Amino acid sequence: MKIENSFSKVLYIDLSKKTFFVEERYDLFSKYLGGTGVATQLLKENCKEGADPLSEDNTLVLAVSPFAGVFPLASKTVAMFKSPLTGDLGESHAGGRSAISIRSTGYGAIVINGKSSVPVYLSIHNGKVRFRNAYTLWGMRSCFQAGAIIRERESGSGIRAIMRIGKAGENGVAYSAVTTETYRHFGRLGMGAVMGSKNLKALVVSGKNSIPLADKKLYREVYNEIYDAAVKSDVMKKYHDIGTSGNVLSLQKIGALPTKNLQEGKFEKAKEIDGVHIAEHYLGRRVACAHCPVGCIHIANIREPHPNEPYFYKTAQVSYDYELLFALGSMLGIGDEKGMLKLIDEVEAYCLDAMSTGVVLAWTTEMYEKGLINIEQLNGLELKWGDWETYIKTVEQIVNQPNDFYKALAKGVAHASKIYGGEDFALAFGKNEMPGYHTGPGCHIGYAIGTRHSHLCNAGYSLDQKMIVDGTKETPQSIVDSLMKEEKWRQILSSLNLCFFARGIYTMDVIKRGLKSVGFDLTEEEINSIGEQIYAEKYSFKFREGFSFANQKWPKRIFETKSPSIEFDPKFMDEALAYAEKKIRELL
Amino acid sequence: MRLKVIDSQRCVGCQSCMFACSRRFGQAGLANTCMNVVSAGGMSKGFKVIVCRACKEPPCAKACPVDAFVVNPKGGIKLKPELCVGCKNCIDACILGAIQWNEETAKPLACIQCGLCVKYCPHHVIEIVEH
Repeated sequence: MKIENSFSKVLYIDLSKKTFFVEERYDLFSKYLGGTGVATQLLKENCKEGADPLSEDNTLVLAVSPFAGVFPLASKTVAMFKSPLTGDLGESHAGGRSAISIRSTGYGAIVINGKSSVPVYLSIHNGKVRFRNAYTLWGMRSCFQAGAIIRERESGSGIRAIMRIGKAGENGVAYSAVTTETYRHFGRLGMGAVMGSKNLKALVVSGKNSIPLADKKLYREVYNEIYDAAVKSDVMKKYHDIGTSGNVLSLQKIGALPTKNLQEGKFEKAKEIDGVHIAEHYLGRRVACAHCPVGCIHIANIREPHPNEPYFYKTAQVSYDYELLFALGSMLGIGDEKGMLKLIDEVEAYCLDAMSTGVVLAWTTEMYEKGLINIEQLNGLELKWGDWETYIKTVEQIVNQPNDFYKALAKGVAHASKIYGGEDFALAFGKNEMPGYHTGPGCHIGYAIGTRHSHLCNAGYSLDQKMIVDGTKETPQSIVDSLMKEEKWRQILSSLNLCFFARGIYTMDVIKRGLKSVGFDLTEEEINSIGEQIYAEKYSFKFREGFSFANQKWPKRIFETKSPSIEFDPKFMDEALAYAEKKIRELL
Repeated sequence: MRLKVIDSQRCVGCQSCMFACSRRFGQAGLANTCMNVVSAGGMSKGFKVIVCRACKEPPCAKACPVDAFVVNPKGGIKLKPELCVGCKNCIDACILGAIQWNEETAKPLACIQCGLCVKYCPHHVIEIVEH
């Protein structure tokens, strides 16, 4: 087998006609590597301009790369689609076994078009595609249950990925996620709703194709270097010991922990929801994505007594990361860690994005507190900070959308605040709800100009932290320059399916030699240029679908609640936005 | 020598062992791995680490109609591919499910007890011991 054949075949699936075909697309992989780079092109080619994100005209792309199944920590499949939350580029990465399974079944990417007439799931084993009836799985309350049923019916135990949606995706919640291997998610921009709108409940993928190499000696050398750095050095320590959940107290310390809809940057009960406390009292197991020796997935056990029977318990296993503890903890004023874990479990069962759900609930609570919405609109649920039991009931309402207010909440906080007011404290950037960092201007500019409007592609918060520690004074322009430089580089990482946690290991030199071992002989300049091109291509899709810098608004709240970094005002932020637009337009 | 699972509860399911095993053949991926790590009924329940126990009188070899499995008295099985007809009797005979299958060559994959996988287990789940 030629090396390129092992990663450059694209599987096209038409759900409307229940047909599929395979095409060799080395043209794309040779130019854009894989992952984000290739997915952007496949989305542009397949998704009709101006498509309704929740219609058959939208396209869902899953892309892997020449590194998947080859190097450790290259485990993140890139999904791309037009986002029902933002109306432009939807990009989401998830690990589990997904990337290894797609590569090992023989494909570099899977493109899903059309809409099935009945609920189906796709079963892809060793490259062969089957459409399976998923009628009986539709409407099931928990996506864990749906996963368990598919697991029983399908082959490929140990080498398969089961990517499925929950009730939130079926009901079109604009920030519904896709879960794979129980604990990993294609989160944020509404991939769940895109699958739901296509009547696609799940994809099961497995395979064991061999993967050839161009330079075996060099491969072994680079492999061992990466593996040793991951398990023997301290570079991954913060991810596997306590994990990202230790950020609760780190951010609390500097006053950057968004609390009660960012009315404050500190939470009086931060210690109770911090990773150290949870690890000491609830951590039951750690698991890993396939081909990642780090094992950063932390799973808490929560033991609950039966409501009526004595000596009768059930134990739930709930995975947690910093973002969940912020969004469904401090942001909602929840300091009862057990209650918070139960709320996380509920959000996961419905397959909702945890960050967006938390921000939506926080905004709703403040709206009710301020008397801007009433109890009828809330369907009788009296929201108050810290009351996790009522939040659990509210999550169900968001999923089922019994009235206009909940229908609006299901479209995100930017949409809901446009109708009901409260835009000043609706914490969304480019219509995407904020992540858990209020460190300073860097993070907020990062959310606004990042191609995913999240913290996921830039390093705004580390820039802020640098300013806090070093006392450096960045300008709007210097912040934008740093953010763009980092984001261009991260296009290379995600185009190779690399976990961003491993960015300390995957230096330019490691990537260059790794690429050579799989048949890509590229210079540093060429690699940087690919990163820049992918970044520009993503923006060109955003502009094509109507993204505009002029429509970006800063929620007033980010100026009202003091952040620990340098002072910033709307003028500072608008200057950054104008400069970013200029720099981005220059690339197109 | 033989491979031993010390404590499967420590396993995080990273499959680094499986990748190491497959790399012996000068390829990446999992096509040639002689072991399997599967979830014990979903990731929340942990993992089963399925390895060959290097039986002294292995049922897999006994089930082979063409004597393609050569038993190494010190542990491990060597496949004579030129004899193998791909009947999968060996797979049925091993109640652990420790014989794997290569889809591309249509031949079984049996552990030679080399211990390379042990070197790549980050959490000391497996070790190589005296037979």
